[in-house]
Amino acid sequence: MKRLIVLFLALVTLCVTLPVTAQDTMPPAPYAYRQLDDPALEARAQGLMETLRCLKCQSQSIADSDAPMAGDMRHQVRTRIAAGEDPEHIRQWMMDRYGDYVSYAPQVSRTTWPLFAGPLILLAIAALLMWRRFGRRG
Amino acid sequence: MKAWRFFLPLAIFLAFLGVAAWQLTQPKDEFVHSAFIGKPMPQFAMRAAAADRPGLALADLKDGKPKLLNIWASWCVPCAAEAPQLAALKAQGAPIVGVAIRDRPEDVAAFLSRYGNPFDRIGADDLSQLQLAIGSSGVPETFVVDGNGVIRYQHIGDIRASQVPMILEKLREAGQ
Amino acid sequence: MIAELGLAALWLAAALAALQLVAGFLAVRQNAPVGEGELALLVRPAAVVQGVLCAFAFAMLIWLFARTDLSVKLVAMNSHSMKPLVFKIAGAWGNHEGSMLLWVTVMSAAGALIALIERRLPERTMQATLAAQGFVALGFYAFLLFSSNPFERLPVPALEGNGLNPLLQDIGLAFHPPTLYLGYVGLSVAFSFAVGALLTRSVTPDFARAMRPWVLGAWIFLTVGITAGSYWAYYELGWGGWWFWDPVENASLMPWLAATALLHSASVLAARDALRAWTIMLGVVAFSMSMVGTFLVRSGILTSVHAFAVDPERGAFILILLAIYIGGALAVFGLRASTISEGERFALVSREGALVVNNVLLSAILGVVLLGTLYPLLTEAMGVRVSVGPPYFDPASAIFALPMLLVMAAGPLLRWRRDRLQRVGSPLLLAGLVALAGLVVASAWASPGLLPLLGLALGAGLAVASLLPLRGRNLRRLPLATLGMVVAHFGIAVALIGMASDSAFSEERLAALKVGDTAAVGPWKVTLQAVSPVAGPNWNALEGVMAASYAGGEPVLLTPQARTFWAPPQETTESALDTRWNGQLYAVLGKAADGERWQVRLWWKPFVTLIWFGGLLIALGGVLALLGRVAGDLKRRAIRRKGAARRAEVAA
Repeated sequence: MKRLIVLFLALVTLCVTLPVTAQDTMPPAPYAYRQLDDPALEARAQGLMETLRCLKCQSQSIADSDAPMAGDMRHQVRTRIAAGEDPEHIRQWMMDRYGDYVSYAPQVSRTTWPLFAGPLILLAIAALLMWRRFGRRG
Repeated sequence: MKAWRFFLPLAIFLAFLGVAAWQLTQPKDEFVHSAFIGKPMPQFAMRAAAADRPGLALADLKDGKPKLLNIWASWCVPCAAEAPQLAALKAQGAPIVGVAIRDRPEDVAAFLSRYGNPFDRIGADDLSQLQLAIGSSGVPETFVVDGNGVIRYQHIGDIRASQVPMILEKLREAGQ
Repeated sequence: MIAELGLAALWLAAALAALQLVAGFLAVRQNAPVGEGELALLVRPAAVVQGVLCAFAFAMLIWLFARTDLSVKLVAMNSHSMKPLVFKIAGAWGNHEGSMLLWVTVMSAAGALIALIERRLPERTMQATLAAQGFVALGFYAFLLFSSNPFERLPVPALEGNGLNPLLQDIGLAFHPPTLYLGYVGLSVAFSFAVGALLTRSVTPDFARAMRPWVLGAWIFLTVGITAGSYWAYYELGWGGWWFWDPVENASLMPWLAATALLHSASVLAARDALRAWTIMLGVVAFSMSMVGTFLVRSGILTSVHAFAVDPERGAFILILLAIYIGGALAVFGLRASTISEGERFALVSREGALVVNNVLLSAILGVVLLGTLYPLLTEAMGVRVSVGPPYFDPASAIFALPMLLVMAAGPLLRWRRDRLQRVGSPLLLAGLVALAGLVVASAWASPGLLPLLGLALGAGLAVASLLPLRGRNLRRLPLATLGMVVAHFGIAVALIGMASDSAFSEERLAALKVGDTAAVGPWKVTLQAVSPVAGPNWNALEGVMAASYAGGEPVLLTPQARTFWAPPQETTESALDTRWNGQLYAVLGKAADGERWQVRLWWKPFVTLIWFGGLLIALGGVLALLGRVAGDLKRRAIRRKGAARRAEVAA
């Protein structure tokens, strides 16, 4: 369905395309394109939506996509936030169903720890380099 | 002043090269697989999507008999391509229930009259709620659900003719 | 005939690249004294002729596209007789084969230019450099000739071309890829210089001076390319985002980060003969980032890749080239680097010290971006799919970016070799006070997150600090290169303020409006006046007419469109923007909500334009610095010539 491909590096033809394949004719879900009335709740919903991956798109969050399924996911996020659910609880709910792939915010786990160890190691290397260069001669 | 540290960039690069070369030879799996296999279906109850078939609820899946749960839509092109395979499965005794995603009753009726109706029940999922709740990411997808309402297998994309025996085998396994 | 001429020129150019490689390599091995050794004499001419031949081949390709010769496969696949001429020509590089030919053309032209004018370095180093350049070019010629021949004929000429892709008929998109290409290829020159210097063990300030203009040039193109690409994504995607940490974006950011680090370490090497091994390594890393980026995008190995350009076989070819060049260069680096002495020492509090800190931190950011981009690839090898997005990249890069920006404020004020912080304390205090004021004002205005708040404060302080090097100097006698640095650093501050302001103060309004309804976003009131169909040359669109009034003022008309193209069928959103000095109103027309209401998306983005304005300032700084360096070099040459002439007179 809709695949919005951001391609701005170079290589050849850049396009932002929605190949028009079959489309449903249903109107979008009520909260797909409607903000919550309470700005605080909407901000929480927005924060979560920006970090959930649109499963039908190439590389976009559900907050940046016109795909109907992304709209349905936005609807679900907004209604559940409005019902008082915690954003991280909803994220976990999504991850229970779609795995780590659905969340743009990797969490420390058996498969992702190197992502977090990496910057720490870089920090250590940076400190070491500085120390070698400047540290030894008071 | 150890010389080995000058080889560090090379080592990192070789590691990248290895992973990249290995990945390049692997067939790319673009599917998002459900993480909900082995878990019970959530509570749900959907209105009927077509006039001549009842709607679908969790209780219908927990009647002791394993079933195929086909997620589809009248606006989905591969779903039409899949219709003969569903008919074949039905003919070989597989009970099939359908979930129509974001669909209008008149479109569902037109699709079924054109491509046949293998479904015992069809629920309407207007907001993709059941779809999201079981980790399905597109249409068509086919889930094997056992008699206790536990998801046992997920097939992504349309079922090809060659895959019909495999689906039947999964259904049989779910019944044991 | 044209295609055959082009192909023949390409083969000849490849042969000359081989000659350049062999002759250069033998000359370096034989350790022939300057000017002796017959082979050594061939290196420079070979490079020049190779450049000319390759340019000729590319000109032939452009000619084929200009006259739409449909017997050539590439033209038939990618052009159309009805296209306007400018897009026919741009079509020459708007595809895989043509863009690879553009790549080698620029590379060999750069090689020819070096062979013609670069006389500062020892001849042996130059031969090694040109041999490396020939070696790299040879790989790309092989790629072109064996797997991506742009001049391939069709057995039967096509009746009409395929390519009338409307999205490619956009002047920005026609020139955006070559801009980034020029950047990538410029880094290949830096790579060759680094390898040449490494092989002949002459990592000297002269080497840094010879390499610097090429790095600067590449860096300018990369900066412009990234800035333009970001703005394009912003207005074309229709959700107001301007940077997504998409793998493809990261692929263009990583060479920029490496080039930025290289630029600064080359300055240290040129001015103070320090950081020798580090500069060499950055030279190799910068080009490897270009190639890794090309590989990631073309091989289709990462999700987010363009279906058109993707081809695993080409990916394999690029990977092999990558293995040979980068692996080879890093192996030579590993073997040779320990024999390069470290160079001059200096204190932490000094200009070099600040540049080193900046370099290490820039490299760390590069490491974070590389890790985050490649990590999904790594886990996929283990059968797990993960997504790494802004929630990871933002904080992880900020850990290194924030201290880097602090050092950047102080660095240009410090003296070379050794300095005291007290000396620059009072001007820095001023910048610090401005930053503090920014912090207070920003937190009073809204309650942004921690990162945007820090960004605003640092941006304000940095804007002041970046201008401080001008204090007490005669602006007319200021070297252009120094002015360039000030402008570029100021540009960083400006872009930073834009980014932070966008995330801190943006307001979003989604509304379903009937014609005549009004929605408010920030200080704006937007009334939907009409929705009507419009037809373009190859698309239909629904166009919304919106009257937008800022703080009750005179309304401006905005006309966002939702376009549907029919050949090939595609949908695009054309957002409508109204730019004021203090920000942009961003309006998008969505689908019909029900029978009579329309989905409308509105954003008020205060100061968002500073992002791209800052990007352009950064590039402008680069241009000024480049002009300064080249002018200085020309002046030195003229003086040397005069000196030589006078000596000759005296001798006579």
